[in-house]
Amino acid sequence: MSQLLDDDQRIIEFDVRTDEMLVNMGPQHPSTHGVLRLVLRTDGEIVSEMEPHIGYLHRCAEKIGENLTARQWIPYTDRMDYLAAMNMNLGWSLAVEKLLRYEVSEKARHLRVLIAELNRIASHLVGMGAYGLDLGTFSPFLYAFREREKILDLFEEACGARLTYSYITVGGLTADLPPGWLERCEQFLDQFEPVIREYHTLLTTNAIFVKRTAGIGVLSPEMAIDYGCTGPVLRGSGVDIDLRRDGESIYTAMYDGYAFEVAVMKDGHYPRDHEYPAVPTDAVLGDCWHRFFVRMLEVVQSMDLVRQAIDRYSQCKGPLGEPLKLAEKLPAGDAYLETECPKGQMGFYLVSEGAAIPWRVRARSSSFSNLAVAPELCRGCLIADVPAVVGSLDIVMGEIDR
Amino acid sequence: MAEFLIETIGLPSWLAWTAVAAVAAFLILNVIAGGALVFIWAERKIAARIQDRLGPTRTGGRFGWLQSLADGIKLLAKEDLMPDGADGMLFRLAPYVSFCASFCAFIALPFAFDVVGLRLNVGVFFVVAVLGLEVFGVILAGYASASKWSLFGAMREAAQVVSYEVPLGMCVVVPVMLAGSMDLVTIAEKQAGWLTNWYIFHDPFTFVIFWVYYTCAVASVNRAPFDLAEAESELVAGFHTEYSGLRWSFFFMAEYGSMFLVSALAAVLFLGGWNGPVPIASLLGWSDGSSLSAPYAVRLLGCANLMGKATAGVLVMMWIRWTLPRLRIDQVMTTCLKYCTPIAALMFAGVMLWQLFLPGGLVPGSRHQAAAVREAWLEGRGDRVPSTNVPLGVVPATSRQVVGVSQ
Repeated sequence: MSQLLDDDQRIIEFDVRTDEMLVNMGPQHPSTHGVLRLVLRTDGEIVSEMEPHIGYLHRCAEKIGENLTARQWIPYTDRMDYLAAMNMNLGWSLAVEKLLRYEVSEKARHLRVLIAELNRIASHLVGMGAYGLDLGTFSPFLYAFREREKILDLFEEACGARLTYSYITVGGLTADLPPGWLERCEQFLDQFEPVIREYHTLLTTNAIFVKRTAGIGVLSPEMAIDYGCTGPVLRGSGVDIDLRRDGESIYTAMYDGYAFEVAVMKDGHYPRDHEYPAVPTDAVLGDCWHRFFVRMLEVVQSMDLVRQAIDRYSQCKGPLGEPLKLAEKLPAGDAYLETECPKGQMGFYLVSEGAAIPWRVRARSSSFSNLAVAPELCRGCLIADVPAVVGSLDIVMGEIDR
Repeated sequence: MAEFLIETIGLPSWLAWTAVAAVAAFLILNVIAGGALVFIWAERKIAARIQDRLGPTRTGGRFGWLQSLADGIKLLAKEDLMPDGADGMLFRLAPYVSFCASFCAFIALPFAFDVVGLRLNVGVFFVVAVLGLEVFGVILAGYASASKWSLFGAMREAAQVVSYEVPLGMCVVVPVMLAGSMDLVTIAEKQAGWLTNWYIFHDPFTFVIFWVYYTCAVASVNRAPFDLAEAESELVAGFHTEYSGLRWSFFFMAEYGSMFLVSALAAVLFLGGWNGPVPIASLLGWSDGSSLSAPYAVRLLGCANLMGKATAGVLVMMWIRWTLPRLRIDQVMTTCLKYCTPIAALMFAGVMLWQLFLPGGLVPGSRHQAAAVREAWLEGRGDRVPSTNVPLGVVPATSRQVVGVSQ
C-alpha cells in the first residue's frame, strides 16, 4: 500500500515543488525600453528562463532602402537608433562613400567627429538615466534629460531637428554650423563637466546602485565575443575593441590625430586620464556595473573628443563642401562598413548594380546582438534583475527591429 | 462632550456616545483625507524641485495647491474597471480593508495631551497591530486582480511587511520600556520639557534605535527604497496594477495615511510627541495652569508640534524616495533579518542595561524641571495607565488634574 502511494504521481507532485509561471513582460511594460516583449518563466521570484520577442517595431527599413537612392535613405537611418541618429547617418554615409571611394573635406571630417561624439554623449545620457529608471530611481533620469536637452538645442540650431537629424549625409553634411555655435557648445561642455560628478554620486557609487548592479548579469569576454556583442557591452567585459581605433581605415581616418583612450579595463584598471570613482569591490568584470561604468567613461571621453574637434574644426578654413547629389549614381559593386555607435558596432552593407538606387541594403544592428545575450545573463536571476540586465545592455528597439 | 450631551440636553447615553464617536471619526477621517491631499501635493512639488522641474503650477493658483483635488475629481470621474477574471467581491473589498486599517490606527494616535480619538492603555500595541492589517488589503488586491504582476506584488508585500514587523516591534518596545507604559499619551507626556528629555536623546542606544525604527517604518509602509510591492520598473504597478479610479485612490490614501501615521508614531515614541524642543508653555507659565484658557492654547500648540514632526518625517520619506534606487527583494529581506533585527535586539538589550545601571542619565538630576513636575504628577496619580477610554474633545477628569496640579 505504501509503495503504491509513493509511486502515485499526485503525491510526488504535492511535494515541495512549486508551480512555474509564465509571465509576459512587455510589450507594454514600463522598463522594456520600447516595444520589447520578454517572456519569463518564473519559479517564484526566480527567473528560470527568459526569451525576448522582437519585431513590434519592424518598418521594413532595409526594403525601403532598396527603393530609394543612397542619400534619400538617410532619414530612415535616423529612425533606427533614434537616440544616436547622427551616428546612424554617419555609418550609412561612410558605407556609401566607401563604395564611391569618396573623401570629404577636412572641415567636414572634423565637424562629423564633433557632431557624432556630441550625439554619443546624448545617447549615453539617455542610457544612464533610463538605467536609473530601471533600478527604481527617477531623478537621475531627469537630470540626464536636462543635459541632453542642451545637446538637442545645439543640434536644433545646427540642422533644425531635435531627434531625427539627417544632418550628416553622403558626401559631407547638409549645412555648416551657424555663427556662435562653437562658443555655445564649449559653454555647454564647461557646464556639463562638473555635473558628471553628481551622476557618479547618485548612481555609480551609490550603495544601493552598486548592490543592484555589481555581480549581476556577468558576461564573460568569451561569451561576449561568441554572441557578437559590441560597444560598451563588449568593453564592459574587458575586451579592448573600439572601432574608432581598430576599425577600417576609412573610418579610423576620421579620427586621425585625435587623442583618446579606449574606455576598457586593462590590467585591472580603467584609463586614468580623468578623475573617476574607484571600482567597487563587489563588481566583477563584465557585470551590469562595468557596462554602466564604461558608458560613463565614454561620456567623458567623448567630451574630450568634442573639445579637440572644436579646435580642429575652427582651424579649418575654406568651405565645408557640398554633399553629393540626391540621385548620385553608385558604381557597381558592394561595400560593408561598421562604425562605433554609442550602442555598439553598427554595420551597413549595400550592393549596387550601377544605378542610383542600391540593389540590396542591409543593416547590422548592435542592439540586436547585444539583446541576444540577455537570456543567458538572465538565467537564474531574480525578476528585479531582468530590467537591471536588459537596461545595462542599453538597447534601442528601433535599431533591433529596423 | 458626551457628558454635556447627556446632562444638559438629556440625550440617552448610547446616543450621546454614538454622536461623539461619529464626530471623532469625522475629524480623524478629515485629518487623513486632508493630510493625504496636502502630502500628495507636497510630494509632487518636492519631487519636482528635486528633479529640477516646477511641478504643478496652475491648478488653484500659483503653487498648484489644488492639484490633488483636481486629481481626486479626475479619479472620481474615471471608468470603474474590473478585470474579467477578477474575484469581484474581494477586488472591491481590498481597497477598503487597506484604508480602514490605516484609518483605525489613527484612533489611538494622540495629537496632543487629550486630543486623541480613543485613549487606550495599549495604544502602542493597538497602532502597530492595526497598521499590520493593511497588508491584508494588499494581498486581497493582488489575489483578486487575476493578474500575475499583482500577485507578485502582493506576495512581496506579504513577505516584506511580515518580516519588518519584527524589528519594528522591537524598536517600539524600547520607549514602552522607558516610559513603563504602553499608553501613547503617557509615553509622550514622559518626554515633556527640554529637547534632551526626548527618548531619542535618552541614551546612545535609543538614538540608534530611532533610525532603525524609521528604516523599518519606511519599509512597512512600502515607500522607496522598499517599495517592492509596487515596483513600477519590474511589476508594472504591483498589487494595484488593475485598479483605477476611486478604488485606486483608496490605496493611495491608505499609503499616505500610513506614512503620516508611522511618522507621527515616531514623533510620539522618540521625538517627544506634542512637546516642543523648548518647553515654551511652561516657561511662559501657561501649562502651570494660571489661566483657564491656557490649556487649549497649549493643546493647539501641541497639535501643531506633533503635526510638524510627523510632517517632517513624511518629507524625509519623500526625499529618500526621489533620491535612492530600489532594493531587490532578497536585499530587502537581508536588510531586515541580518541588520535591522539584530541591531534592534542589541539596542533593546543596551537600553535595558542602561535603565538598570544609569536610570538617571549620565548626569544625575539633569532632567528639566517641567519633566519632573509631570513625572511627579504621573507618580502621584498612582495609576500610570488610565483606565477610562477618553474620546476626542472630552476633557476628562484626569487631564483637568494636569491643569489643576499646580493650581
